[in-house]
Formats: sequence, C-alpha cells, structure tokens
Amino acid sequence: MRWRKHTNQITGFLVVLPSIVLVAVFVYGFIGRALWASLTDWGKDPSQALALNPVTRFIGLQNYRELFTGFIDGRFRQDMVSTVFFTVFFLAGCLLFGLLLAILIDHKPRGEALFRGVFLFPFALSFVVTGTIWRWLLQPGGGVNQLPTLVGLRPATFEWLTSRQQVWRFDWNDLPVIIGLLAAATLAAVAVVARRAGRRRRAIGFALGSAAVLGLAVGVAPGWRPLPFPELHGFNLAFIGIVVAAVWQMAGYTMALYLAGLTGIPEELREAAVVEGANEWQLYTRIILPLMAPITLSAMIVLGHISLKIFDLVFAMAGPDNAWTDVPALLMFITTFRGNQFAKGAAIGVILLVLVAMIIVPYLRSQLRKGVRE
Amino acid sequence: MNRPGSFFLAAALASLFATAPARAQDKLEIFSWWAGDEGPALKALIDLYSKKYPNIQVINSTVTGGSGVNARAVLKTRMLGGDPPDSFQVHAGQELIGTWVVANRMEDLSDLFKSEGWMAQFPKGLIALLSARNGIWSVPVNIHRSNVMWYVPANLKKWGVSPPKTLDEFMATCKTLQGKGVQHPLALGENWTYNHLWESVALGVLGPEDWTALWTGKLKFNDPKAVKVWATFGQVLEFANPDASGLSWQQATDRMLKGTAAFNVMGDWAAGYMATTLKLKPGEGFGWEASPGTGGVFMMLSDSFGLPKGVKHRDAALKWLRELGSKEGQDTFNPLKGSIAARLDSDLSKYNAYLQSAAKDWKTNKVVGSLAHGAVAPEAFASQFGTVMEIFLASKNAEAAANAAQAIADQVGLGK
Repeated sequence: MRWRKHTNQITGFLVVLPSIVLVAVFVYGFIGRALWASLTDWGKDPSQALALNPVTRFIGLQNYRELFTGFIDGRFRQDMVSTVFFTVFFLAGCLLFGLLLAILIDHKPRGEALFRGVFLFPFALSFVVTGTIWRWLLQPGGGVNQLPTLVGLRPATFEWLTSRQQVWRFDWNDLPVIIGLLAAATLAAVAVVARRAGRRRRAIGFALGSAAVLGLAVGVAPGWRPLPFPELHGFNLAFIGIVVAAVWQMAGYTMALYLAGLTGIPEELREAAVVEGANEWQLYTRIILPLMAPITLSAMIVLGHISLKIFDLVFAMAGPDNAWTDVPALLMFITTFRGNQFAKGAAIGVILLVLVAMIIVPYLRSQLRKGVRE
Repeated sequence: MNRPGSFFLAAALASLFATAPARAQDKLEIFSWWAGDEGPALKALIDLYSKKYPNIQVINSTVTGGSGVNARAVLKTRMLGGDPPDSFQVHAGQELIGTWVVANRMEDLSDLFKSEGWMAQFPKGLIALLSARNGIWSVPVNIHRSNVMWYVPANLKKWGVSPPKTLDEFMATCKTLQGKGVQHPLALGENWTYNHLWESVALGVLGPEDWTALWTGKLKFNDPKAVKVWATFGQVLEFANPDASGLSWQQATDRMLKGTAAFNVMGDWAAGYMATTLKLKPGEGFGWEASPGTGGVFMMLSDSFGLPKGVKHRDAALKWLRELGSKEGQDTFNPLKGSIAARLDSDLSKYNAYLQSAAKDWKTNKVVGSLAHGAVAPEAFASQFGTVMEIFLASKNAEAAANAAQAIADQVGLGK
C-alpha cells in the first residue's frame, strides 16, 4: 500500500495539526482581527462602541494619523519617546551589569554558587512583585532617599516616580530630521565596519546610501512637519526608577546568558592568549567579548521585546494614570477599556506589534537561515 | 471503560442535567467594585437579600480598584463577550448612559420606579440624572458628595484661622498658614484626586449654572470663563504638596489629620474613612465645609445598579433592584458605607453627625453632578480628561488645557 510509506509524515502532520490550528486562530487570527479593528471607527460613535454587535465603518489609516499627528494624542507621542529611551537604558543597564556579574562569577570566587543564585533570584519574581517592592523603596519620603542618612548626610530629595522633570527635549516636528540623521549615521557605521572587514563594494554601497539618507534628512525632512504647532517631548526623569527596577530584575538573567557563553569558551584559547602575553584586560576586550557577540545579540532581542511590551512593571510601580511613566502598552489598555476607543487602542497595539516585529523578524530569519545551512 | 466507571459517569451526567435548570434559577450574580473598606456594607445588603430569598444563591463578583477603574474594564470584556452579570454597579449618570444605554445594552426600569413608588421617593434632580431616551436606567443606592473640604478644627484654632468660604479667602488663608510654617496647606493625592480637586475649583469659579452648561455643551471649555477655571486651579495647586502623585487619597487625608497640611478636598467617603477606620468623632476629630466657593451646592455622585439586557436570572435581579431602592435596603447599606441614602425618607437616627448634615444639604442644596466620578460626562471624555490635566500640569498653560478639553469634547460629541 502506497500510503504506508507516508505514514510518518501523516502522523507527524496530524500531531502538529492542533497546534497549527490553535496558533492560526488564536495568534494570527487575532492579529488580523486587531489590524482590522484598527482600520475602523469602532468606538468613535458611543452608541456602537459597546453594542452587542457593533456596526463599524472602515476609515483607513485615520486612527494612525491621529496618533502621530492629532492634537489630543500627544500622550501617545510622549509614550513612544519614553519607550525608546527606556529601551536604550534598560538594554544598556542589563548588558553592562549582566556582563560584569558574569565576569565576577567566572573568576570563581568563594561561594560562587550562592552568588549565582542571589543574582539570578530577581528573575524568578514576577514584574508585579518587583514593581510593588520598588514602589515602596522609591517613595519620595522613604527607602532609597533615606540611604544618605546612613552615612550622616541629608536625605535625598529626588522624587523618583512622581518627578515631572524632563530632559533632552526636542520638538516632535523635528523627528523626521532626527530619524534621518540617525539612519544616516547607522548606515555610515555599517560602511566603516565593512571597509575594515575589507569588503569594499559593500562599504561603498552603504556609504552612498548613508549620503543619500543624509541628503534627504537635511534637504527634504525639515519641510515635513507632522504638527501645526511645536510639541516638546523628552526623557522623563520619572523613568529612572522604572529602569532601575527593570535592570534589577533582568540583569541576573543576562548574567546567566553570559555565564553560559563564558563557560563555553575553551580553556585552551585563554591559555594561548596568556602565553602570547595578553594581560587580563586584553584577554577580555580582544578575545572573550568578541566571542560573546552572538550572546549579546540574543540578550538584546529578548530584553528588547520585553522592554517594548512592558506593562505590568509600570502598572505596579506607578499605576496606569501616571502620565510621566506612561508606556504605549498602558495607554492601549486605558484607551481601549476606559475610553471605549477600541479602534484607536487596536492601532496602538498594532504599532507595538510592528516595533517588536522589527526586532524579532530579522533575528528569526537569520536563525532560520543558519538552521538551513547547518 | 469498565462498567462501574461508566455507571458513575452516566449518573453524574444525569444529575448534572437534572439539577442544572433548577439551580440556574436560584442564582444571582452581582458585579461591583465594593471590596475592602466598602465590603461590609455590600455584605449587609447581600445578607438582607439572602434572608428574604433564602433559596437564591448570591454570587458576589467584585473587582477591586478605586472608583471602579478595573471593574469597568472587566465588565466591558464580559459585556462584549455576551456574558453580562445579572446586575452591575455603575456610577449614576453619563457613565451608565453614555456607555451602556446608548449602546442599547440596558433594560428600562421606568415600570419598576413607578410600581415601587420611587418617583416620589427620590429627588427629581436625581431621577433626571438617571433618565435618558425616555427611560430610567438604574437604581441609585447611595449619594456621595464631591465638593467637601476637610480640616481639623483644633489645628485651625491653633493656627488662628477659620475655614475659608470663598476661593479668594482660601488663597489668603493658605498664605497666612505658609507664614506660620505650614508649607503645603492643601493635602493632595494621586492623579485622580487632581481631577477631583479640579471639579471643586471649577464649581467654585463657575457656579452651578455654568458648570451644568459645560456638560450640555452650552458653555465651551475655551470660553474665557472656563479658561479662568484652569488659571485659578493653577493658583490653588501652588499650595499643594509637590509629592502628591505618590500618595493615595487616604495618605493625603492623613497629612491633613497629622497637621502637616491644613485642608484636604475629597469626597465624603473621607468621612467614612476618618469616622469608621480611624475612629475619629465627626465635628471634633475632623471638621468639614463645602469646598471654597461652592456653599449651597451639592456636587453629587451616586452608585447605582442597572439591569443589562439578556441576563440569566432576570427575576432574581429585579428582586435585588427592589431591595436596593427600598428604605430598609438603603438604611442598611449607607450608614456602613459612609454615604447618605438617595431616598428622601431615610431614618437619619442611624447616621453619624457628618452624614446627618450631608442629608440636610442633600434636601436643600442645588444639586449638580460630578465629572471625576462619572455623573456628567461620558467615559470617553472622562478618561481623556486625565490627558488634559497632564497638559496643564506640564505646561501650566490654562489656554492650552482649555483648548485640549474642548478638542476632546468635540471629538466625543459632549452634550449631544
């Protein structure tokens, strides 16, 4: 019988089938549904917002246009800016502390196992627990602000989560220029790297691209102003507390990633380097760190998508109404379930999805390619 | 399958089918955000209900979170999913009408009001607030007052000031107090308490007619009169504690009680907190006055219960609503909750000194609705009002805040 030959494939397919169906419905189906909802006016008419069978109209990209250029959606724009700053500081903090801790433990101090457990422990907590603890610690009148009194100084007065200070402010209308300049700089950096690696054609290509983007940024972008009025955004200092708590939670995880990498480096390599006369500093900067690059990349991707989607930590630490620590995921919740603006909430959700996809998809693609090659 | 096993399974299935319809009739699910401090008052109501209808099992679904912020989100997902609770708590007024009545999800309770004789028992102004589209949509359980300013009489005496009656007097008194070392005379708490303070200031600046006109769309937010509200609000904020957004409303009230601040503007659930939780005597441990400039006006909010369309236990829910509106129900619930009855014939001897004074004002004062607590504006406006507040706090620009408020009002079609 012919079909017997294919039994394996058929059983294989049947075994995976439920999961394919579930993922198709509950992941991709709902992404599609959210995408569709974000293109409608669901919520604009209160009599349809919560009707049993809401009647909605297709309005194209209007929700997105409002979010980026509408008069009353400045909070969303500040949230986007906050997310970028938060992601940068959170990633930098986790990678730095994770690497330092990993190197420390890699030197096998006494009680190594204990320290490893201690550093990894915060990762075992949920963000809600972390958030609640740090909320208490960061009360303006207590906790961290009282630390200086231990050494006889006056208590600190920084307001942490309730601070309303903002630094590095820029006008939202300058954003096209800023993005253009950043893109040009990135392309230029890639070009320099390619040049160093001796790949001339690639280097020239990227250099030309960089020059073209630079031209666009300087020549065309200033004429494109999204808003008819100036609107300043910047880094809210209230986020410092959130970054501290988030790094506290995730640095141990990053350490574990690095530690796995460090133990994977063969002893011969280190010995060879030492024989060649490399000191400790050179050993780390020239040998070990370059070998850690893939781990840094995976850590950045894992941490990056956590930071873009962050919701529970901020909710527990500062509550959903504190606009100075607001992030898009919180705004999505408030817009949808308090303001009944379902379509606009869906639009924020889709924007978040696109941001996360920008991080995850290239990574997945490179992983898949590797898998095929192997 | 072995035989005893299949037998048990069949028996279990049979019993399930046999009992399911009977049990389904004997249930009532009520959905509210009354937990914690407010839990005992709700429990007293449920106990009363269970005593009257012992064969109805009451399922008490509560979702905690001040002012129902979390409960409302859960309720929306349930309603959208076609699984309405038999009766749910909702702030009387636009929070109910602007969200649920316009979406055609509620049953009209006019007949219940007529058959129970409630048309005469509840004040006309309150019934007007519950009515829209030729129907009455929920049963009010209690009345809270939003525009109250709290203080400690002994402290004011010590500082040699008397409670201010107008906004100008308030500013002058606060300056005097700052001279006497009370740096931040006004105690303020987390974000929503800013909105709460704003509505008291706005009522003080505008007066009841213009305040109401704001919500019917007759007075624009960017009208000079309404812009002045923001300017005055900014001046009032100068006297508030800068770390406000880290404090709960109770912590803000505590500051006033401890004497680090002199005044606290908060709804009269604060009286419940001070009298019940902190065991202070109304009039001695704490004193009260209508917030500056709002004497003779009662800015009210009311918790009410409605009947969604298509519920599973409609009869039990109607019995529940009947109890809520009854004199016995209201006088059981309100002394414990720290609010006054919505009915005009409640037995005042069951209430403490503060509530008796509030009940008197309720009968004699001009009644207006609260913004921060869902009475005058639909949720789409109220939830975005926080954004307006942030615009003002960030820029201290009254014009910008007023324009943003008007833009949102236009967007949600306020007053239409």
